[in-house]
Amino acid sequence: MSGDVVLEVRDLHTHFFLRRGVVKVVDGVSFSLRQGEVLGLVGESGSGKSVTALSLMRLLPQPAARTVHGEVLLEGENLLTKSTGEMRGIRGRKISMILQDPQTSLNPVFTIGDQLRESIAKHYPGDDKTVMTRVIEALRKVKLAAPETRIHQYPHQMSGGMKQRVVGAIAISCGPRVLIADEPTTALDVTIQLQYLKLLKELQQSSDLAILFITHDFGIVAKMCDRVAVMYAGRIVETGPVRQVFDNPRHPYTQALIASVPKMKKQQAGRLPTIEGQPPVFSDLPPGCRFAPRCPLADERCRTTYPSSFTVGAEHTADCWRLEAAA
Amino acid sequence: MTEPLLRVESLHRHFPYTRGILFAKTIGHVKAVDGIDFSVATGETLGLVGESGCGKTTTSKLILRLDEPTSGRILLQGKSIHDMQGEALREYRSLVQAVFQDPWSSLNSRMSVGRIIAETLVVTKWGSRRDIDQRVAEVLVEVGMRPEQAQLFPHEFSGGQRQRIALASALASKPKLIVLDEPVSALDVSIRAQILNLLQDIQERDKVAFLLIAHNLATVRHMAHQTAVMYLGQIVDYAPTEELFSNVLHPYTKALLSAVLPDHPDSQTDELVLAGEVPSPLDPPSGCRFHTRCPYVMPKCSQEEPALREAAPGHFAACHLNT
Repeated sequence: MSGDVVLEVRDLHTHFFLRRGVVKVVDGVSFSLRQGEVLGLVGESGSGKSVTALSLMRLLPQPAARTVHGEVLLEGENLLTKSTGEMRGIRGRKISMILQDPQTSLNPVFTIGDQLRESIAKHYPGDDKTVMTRVIEALRKVKLAAPETRIHQYPHQMSGGMKQRVVGAIAISCGPRVLIADEPTTALDVTIQLQYLKLLKELQQSSDLAILFITHDFGIVAKMCDRVAVMYAGRIVETGPVRQVFDNPRHPYTQALIASVPKMKKQQAGRLPTIEGQPPVFSDLPPGCRFAPRCPLADERCRTTYPSSFTVGAEHTADCWRLEAAA
Repeated sequence: MTEPLLRVESLHRHFPYTRGILFAKTIGHVKAVDGIDFSVATGETLGLVGESGCGKTTTSKLILRLDEPTSGRILLQGKSIHDMQGEALREYRSLVQAVFQDPWSSLNSRMSVGRIIAETLVVTKWGSRRDIDQRVAEVLVEVGMRPEQAQLFPHEFSGGQRQRIALASALASKPKLIVLDEPVSALDVSIRAQILNLLQDIQERDKVAFLLIAHNLATVRHMAHQTAVMYLGQIVDYAPTEELFSNVLHPYTKALLSAVLPDHPDSQTDELVLAGEVPSPLDPPSGCRFHTRCPYVMPKCSQEEPALREAAPGHFAACHLNT
């Protein structure tokens, strides 16, 4: 199913330099993505998952945020050392992104056709006719009905689900190897979400695309992903094949998070298992394991020293001191 | 059968749709709520599910008397709420409260937490200043916070705590019914379970009824005793929650269920992917409103509107398949 590694992220550190100090939003994140694979990056809001994605795309808010350390290797080339001009040639053609809200990612004053043409003409210049053929082909791929008439419409003439399809069409129009999908279905209704997830899966399988799927929802991970990486307060705390992580989550945070979601299969009587407390704020991170203040199993060492990463199965690792003995 | 706490009878809310500014002409109606009936029993939860634009929020506004229906009526403890005024309306407002989705916009950022919670009590003339302060301290404890936190302002709290504050202000006047409009969907995943548990504890202790508006079916299944499914302004499926989910009688409910994300990679449900999107409520389809997206559509469906009828004991569904 999965082939060569197309994207490898090594020890990525992205910091925000604010007036009140430096905030380490991404603090040593590493993962790899193989061809034709879907990797889920799960975490709560403020865990650093979107900033990780923006770091890969080199689209961080300037000048506040900067990637201070690490490597992002896309087919062996480090994106972090590319010039701005080189990056423009890479974005869209080799790596592209779908954002959460189609309302804000499409320009309201240009037609759908214009917006698709912009990215296609950038990478595949040609006369109007050939570019337009590609535009329509991209819209067909995302199964937008009647693309020939849709290209003359503006975003406000379409529903949320259709707009997100257009965003998808822009993202895949130049045949990228890697697609980053940052909560692409959060703004959609449930039945439309199902349509969109199916579409992404089909696109991924037909063009052997590698997808980094950013979400806060373990249900989407279960449905879409081959592997999963769980982020908490700027670090990946557990990563592994999706079945292993669901069957046997090893990090207390992953365990608690999976347990706290109401299940559909059976009606559980009574109370849900909860995670006490709040996620930490980046300006005031605990010195040791970031989950320690909320972890029922934390001891002195957890509170003072960040745990190493322990291998607990094939391609399955977790950052927790309690796994030291088992490893 | 005893009188339920809240009864909604053939409720309609049509918004006129006009053209022109000076000599505006009504050229149609958006039928946001188009003839719904349901009831909420004391101390129980009714889940109201449906996609955006199905009329869930309009229904909740009508119940909160933030809007008036075009026709039909709402009864609280057997009394119509529509002609309440003055003292009676004040009492109604203390008995029916609400918690909204987004605690970042529902709390006034210029008021201290204590004043936010006290506001209902002041408006409904709860009692003396001291009684009010005492009640504020009491509800803060009930929602798992500390009385001293009444001095603080909303920006000093996280999302989960803000939602606790919103809940405290709803609980302050000892209501009998709380409308919960997507109470956890704006919260972090790790916080949601805390709030859901808190809601259940409160219901058990105070016997307060909830009208839970949510799009997450797993949440509704966990919380609700009865569930009503809405589509384009109408209730299409209505039953005790377990019955609704285990004996699926309406194709739209089936589609919603198959859109629920799995809780394990191996528990993929058999999929029923609906074609297209929800049609405009300005011009709803003829016959059964769902027929344009229904995979089981029959010729009859586009002509005849199916009635909501008891297709299994206690289970009401509006579908020609069940006749």
